[in-house]
Amino acid sequence: MCNRRDFLVFNPRTTRKFPFFLVVFLAPAVICYTLFMIYPLIESLRMSFFSTTPENKTVFAGIANYVKLLTDSDLAPRFWGALRNNFVFFIIHMLVQNPIGLLLASLLVSKGKGRSIYRTLLYMPNVLSVVIIGFIWQLILNPLWGVSESILRFVGLGKFFQPWLGLPEYALPTIALISVWQFIGIPMLLFYTALIGIPKEFIEASLVDGCTERQVFWRIKFPLMLPTVGIVSILTFVGNFNAFDLIYTMKGASAGPAYSTDIMGTLFYRTFFGQQLQLGNPNMGATVASMMFLIILFGVLLYTFAFQRRVKNYQL
Amino acid sequence: MKNLLSLALFLLIAVSTFGQDKVTLTVESWRNDDLAIWADQIIPAFEKKYPNIHVVFSPTPPAEYNGVLNSKLEGGTAGDLITARPFDASLALYQRGYLADLTTLPGMNNFSAVAKSAWVTDDGKHVFAVPMASVIHGFFYNKDIFKKLNLEVPQTKAEFMQVLEAVKKDGRYVPIAMGTADMWETATMGFQNIGPNNWKGEEGRQALLKGTAKFTDEPYIKTWEELASWAPYLPRGYQAVKYSDAQQLFTLGKAAIYPAGSWEIWLFEKDAAFDLGIFPPPVDRKGDTVYISDHTDIALGMNAATRHPDEAKKFLEWMTTSEFASLYSNAVAGFFTLSNHRITLKDPLANEFLSWRKTCKSTIRNSYQILSRGDQFGAPNLENDLWQVSAAVMNGTMTPEEAGKLVQDHLDKWYKPAK
Repeated sequence: MCNRRDFLVFNPRTTRKFPFFLVVFLAPAVICYTLFMIYPLIESLRMSFFSTTPENKTVFAGIANYVKLLTDSDLAPRFWGALRNNFVFFIIHMLVQNPIGLLLASLLVSKGKGRSIYRTLLYMPNVLSVVIIGFIWQLILNPLWGVSESILRFVGLGKFFQPWLGLPEYALPTIALISVWQFIGIPMLLFYTALIGIPKEFIEASLVDGCTERQVFWRIKFPLMLPTVGIVSILTFVGNFNAFDLIYTMKGASAGPAYSTDIMGTLFYRTFFGQQLQLGNPNMGATVASMMFLIILFGVLLYTFAFQRRVKNYQL
Repeated sequence: MKNLLSLALFLLIAVSTFGQDKVTLTVESWRNDDLAIWADQIIPAFEKKYPNIHVVFSPTPPAEYNGVLNSKLEGGTAGDLITARPFDASLALYQRGYLADLTTLPGMNNFSAVAKSAWVTDDGKHVFAVPMASVIHGFFYNKDIFKKLNLEVPQTKAEFMQVLEAVKKDGRYVPIAMGTADMWETATMGFQNIGPNNWKGEEGRQALLKGTAKFTDEPYIKTWEELASWAPYLPRGYQAVKYSDAQQLFTLGKAAIYPAGSWEIWLFEKDAAFDLGIFPPPVDRKGDTVYISDHTDIALGMNAATRHPDEAKKFLEWMTTSEFASLYSNAVAGFFTLSNHRITLKDPLANEFLSWRKTCKSTIRNSYQILSRGDQFGAPNLENDLWQVSAAVMNGTMTPEEAGKLVQDHLDKWYKPAK
């Protein structure tokens, strides 16, 4: 007689056998990721707990580097200043880059001629080298030979021209807006793909039910796009707190005037590699890098737990 | 095939053993730009005198030089002769035993104490590199504009301001081509250029080192005040004008005066379509001693682990002669030998710069020796502070008194001069 239970029991031999093919498939990614991402990260965290004596010996320092970075009368203002500037940099991106990206995306999905040309053009700055972008904008905004003043004068706003990149109160917003110009293509494309992923039936049904265009956007499209909004925000956050290149290209490592464009990336560069006559301090540099890592980690965790878990993902 | 290989091997061995009586010295350097000068002028001149020594000049890009050199020295693969940056970078190499002591090298007495100051231990007892060249600060002016506006070359500060005012009144030209965007020009070509006249050159610099003078003292405040008084005569929007913008403004003939270093000679002579003139930093009263910043910039040391110390020393010794002094200073216009040899330069502007050494007193930038060591924890050091405050003073966002206080406070925190 055939016992049904026997039939259900797995053969212990086959379950014990380890699925080696999984290792083979995972290995390249795991090895590369560990070697080039996780190991350096841990090593840099480790470095931040050590310090170098004048005799060139490495000694364990505990959290002394962190305490110094956050409280020292010379170093702390630089750290807090950089952090504050970094938040300003991020907020400008959130308030300007992402809404405009969304607007452009909605314009691109609507009907109109030459949409694909615009899509490509708007994405173009993204593929340009930062060095070129920095150079072009410095030339445009240059008070001696830049075109911005003549353009402003042409439309009757000449008196509003300022050497923006050289004024402490304007330099950071100016660079942030240049960065927005550069990166606008990314949120635009992400929003664009989210928008074209929304089934037409929903929109048609809501229109039949008497929704206005605005209602369609806020009640139907936007809720369906919320996961994308979250992803764009977190990408902006991570990108902005890792930013360095544009400011370094335009203002150098000293991030002038008067440290007004100094963000975490430039602060890290100066402390780690040194600048001009200042010798670098790798341990303090690693401390700054670890703080950047913690800030970004905190932001990502906040996003994961406070946003991603709550937002509803609709199966379309 | 096998025979061919062994023949080749034999030839290789033969050639290499044959070449052994000719010693090869390798020179480490960051001066990419000088490659042709070394290959065509300096090395042939040396090899003519010492036919059994072969010299190879092997530069690394400037930004990577310090790092590459350090790892080469640690790995024991560095060249025999090492181009030395001024002050702390080289001092650290000497202290770690990578650079040989050259105090007793014959010919060292051809250099003054100021010339050697960038490559000596803090107590001044050990010299570890042969000074090669310095750069001199001063002002370039556009002779055509001066002629057109009937202006005299200013000697005193009052005359200097009158010239600026006259150019401004005329309205066609920018009085001073300078911007504050890159910040270092305000410190290097502003503060360190006109300052020595106020703090009396070496006297003031040594006083800072001894702790008997402070940045809050009158000479320093006065220097920043003078810089601030230039602001109305700078190009419009000078806060965003970069170093290269200022250079172009001047070479295009749109500005009358350019605060500079002698290293600009090469570019200006190439680009400017007008007559160039220079004058040293103006003084308070006619007849006052002029102090110039004659900044030590480059030297050559010997790898302590070289396999050919005798030959390397021969090269270094040759570098102390007037032959090398004249060869190098003529080849690289604007970089002047630091030796006491009287040399003549073919370039008239370079010659004029050099002639100031006879009539003026030389000093170096006061932030370079010891004082910029900082606390080593990445807080801005003196040099960085000077960039920041000099730019801020010229931008009008900081008063000279605030600038002096900030700089001195930072310095006091870690620098305890020996009493």
